[in-house]
Amino acid sequence: METENVKPVREVVVPGDLLNEGDLKAGNGTYVLDGKIYASLLGVKSIASNYVNVIPLGGRYMPHPGDSVVGVVIDIGPSNWLVEINSPYPAPLHVNEVPWRVEFGDTARFLNLGQVILAKVLMVDETMKVQVTLNESGLRRLEGGHLVDISHSKVPRVIGKGGSMIQMIQNMTDCRIFVGQNGRIWIDGEMPNMLVAEEAIKMIAAEAHTNRLTERVKELLENRKTGLVE
Amino acid sequence: MSRSIISEIRKNHIIELLKKGERMDGRAPMDLRDISIETNVVDSADGSARVRFGKTDVMVGIKLIIGTPFSDTPNKGVLTTGAELIPMGHSDFESGPPGEDAIELARVVDRGIRESGMVDVDKLCITPGESVWMCFIDIYALNYDGNLFDASNLAAVAALKTAVVPAAEAGKGENYPLPVTCTPISVTAAKIANTLILDPTFDEEMIASARLTVTTDENGDLRAMQKGGQGPLTVDEVKAVVNASREKGEEIRNIIG
Amino acid sequence: MSMESDIKFIDENGLRIDGRRPDELRHIKIEAGVLENADGSAYVEFGKNKVLAAVYGPRECHPRHLQNPSKAIIQCKYNMMTFSVSDRKRPGPDRRSVEISKIISEALESVVQTELFPRASIDVYMEILQANAGTRCAGLVAASVALADAGVPMKDIIPAIAVGKADGKLLLDLNKEEDNYGQADVPMAIIPKTGEVVLLQMDGHMTQEEFETALDMGIKACYEIYELQKDALKRRYAVETPEVEE
Repeated sequence: METENVKPVREVVVPGDLLNEGDLKAGNGTYVLDGKIYASLLGVKSIASNYVNVIPLGGRYMPHPGDSVVGVVIDIGPSNWLVEINSPYPAPLHVNEVPWRVEFGDTARFLNLGQVILAKVLMVDETMKVQVTLNESGLRRLEGGHLVDISHSKVPRVIGKGGSMIQMIQNMTDCRIFVGQNGRIWIDGEMPNMLVAEEAIKMIAAEAHTNRLTERVKELLENRKTGLVE
Repeated sequence: MSRSIISEIRKNHIIELLKKGERMDGRAPMDLRDISIETNVVDSADGSARVRFGKTDVMVGIKLIIGTPFSDTPNKGVLTTGAELIPMGHSDFESGPPGEDAIELARVVDRGIRESGMVDVDKLCITPGESVWMCFIDIYALNYDGNLFDASNLAAVAALKTAVVPAAEAGKGENYPLPVTCTPISVTAAKIANTLILDPTFDEEMIASARLTVTTDENGDLRAMQKGGQGPLTVDEVKAVVNASREKGEEIRNIIG
Repeated sequence: MSMESDIKFIDENGLRIDGRRPDELRHIKIEAGVLENADGSAYVEFGKNKVLAAVYGPRECHPRHLQNPSKAIIQCKYNMMTFSVSDRKRPGPDRRSVEISKIISEALESVVQTELFPRASIDVYMEILQANAGTRCAGLVAASVALADAGVPMKDIIPAIAVGKADGKLLLDLNKEEDNYGQADVPMAIIPKTGEVVLLQMDGHMTQEEFETALDMGIKACYEIYELQKDALKRRYAVETPEVEE
């Protein structure tokens, strides 16, 4: 996950590139042909505990059970909502999976079109039928604030080692921030502060595969400090 | 395919910013985005241009073909404008014949060019009643981030200004520059929560209640207009957009020269 | 095809009308990541051909009845802009573009790991801005780069090229003049890793021996194009790659 651990090789590879002759194990973003390991993705080659992986530079978010995601309600049925989670698969949210008692056909009163929610991926079956839930503490409707979209592949970098990066941004901008695994980030705080937090997040996303990122983000935040509301 | 739905949070964020006179991309309400114009981008066309308004990216090609004039205008060339919102340009755009948005776009661009008399169709007559040059303007939206009207208008105008009538290939004398007389420029405003903004982005168009496109000529006179959207505009708002269009139209005209 | 002409396609020095050797490619330019909205994109020039390709997806498959519960489908659309050819082309698909879209979809299916995205669609749009013979190959070259740029998992990147025959000689990558009066044309595409053929068409007239030579010429050229495709993708991130200071 945390690319800062896998130094020092930052080799950009493309699908079909030979990664290893066979003394390592094939990890994410790779495939094996005649005993050799090749890249199946455009990304950065990384070797970690005997596995060779390709860390993607883009691509769509694929939901996994347990992921926290920021979704947008895009359709409403009598007993469920359809939630867009930035993946190829919109996820139904059933009335049983919300913390409110919803009468049949009364769904729009609770979550209307365009409503943003912080949800959790409940299950994903083999045909990629996805379900999300709001039935867990911390999950809820998100109101106000600001949404920033980045590639899901940049999420680990935005969070940082043990949450260090995102904590730094929260502390220095005095904003609350939720980072969805699907690359959607919700920021809440004073308007100028939110815009600075957005700028920092976008910088991380643009420069995710470079070194010394934490220092440069810190510099940016220091430079913007005078514009912030206490 | 599903039309995009803008989240409540994004919508409110745009409105909150506008209350302070700001926009998501840092512009003031009446600012245009950066505009770039490239001409002669396609050799197979008789004139071509690619225009960007920020991330909106439009390509226009001109084709001049010999055809028969309309019976009521036997001495005049024929002008035809088409637009395609190709699925390359946005996830909301679908394959298939042009829908109502594409047709409206083509007609609004056409109107500005036609009504301003930009193309001197009298000079496109080869044999009265028999053969004339038909000028096809084809617009493709390569990347859509709002305000296709102004990007398409500017691309069409820039392409026409560099177009050459391929008379030699047709055995009709020497090639000559397409006769153009003026430079019609459209400027589009959108109304969001009672604030007028110019050159709206996709997100801004999604939440705008109304839209007004005004095409002016170099005298600042009006040549075409189109009001869009379900919401109303006050008379004062209409006048404000006309003023803005005259002013910004002049700025854009200076870019293409 | 097969029109008679007085044009000499090979001069006394063995060079073609545009100065190329018989086995020489036109100048090729490839750029990845050229459009904002698309998940991946590429711009390709093959001589005077100019092609844009955009990829959206994997995304929800429409129309729904095309969904496959075990894998993604690839839906390609090849389209020529009205002004891309000397006579204005009527807008919209014709039989030729439908056929080309189909064979390009099938070529790409052979490398994309579609089984990772059940029920989804990977949509590939190719727009020919300017045509000068060989647009289907240029389109496929652009589409492969755009797919990789979109982060779509795939086993390899597909290069493509056509070998033709004019003046009784086999010529790599025919330009428009050669194609208009040529006697045969063989567009092809391969998976470089395995050397397998994933697109192959032929029209005109060739002996079996000529065909086999043409195949050799084309495959050799595909490996050259493959390097340019990979380079375009790596170049996109070259500027951003680190100043390592640790």
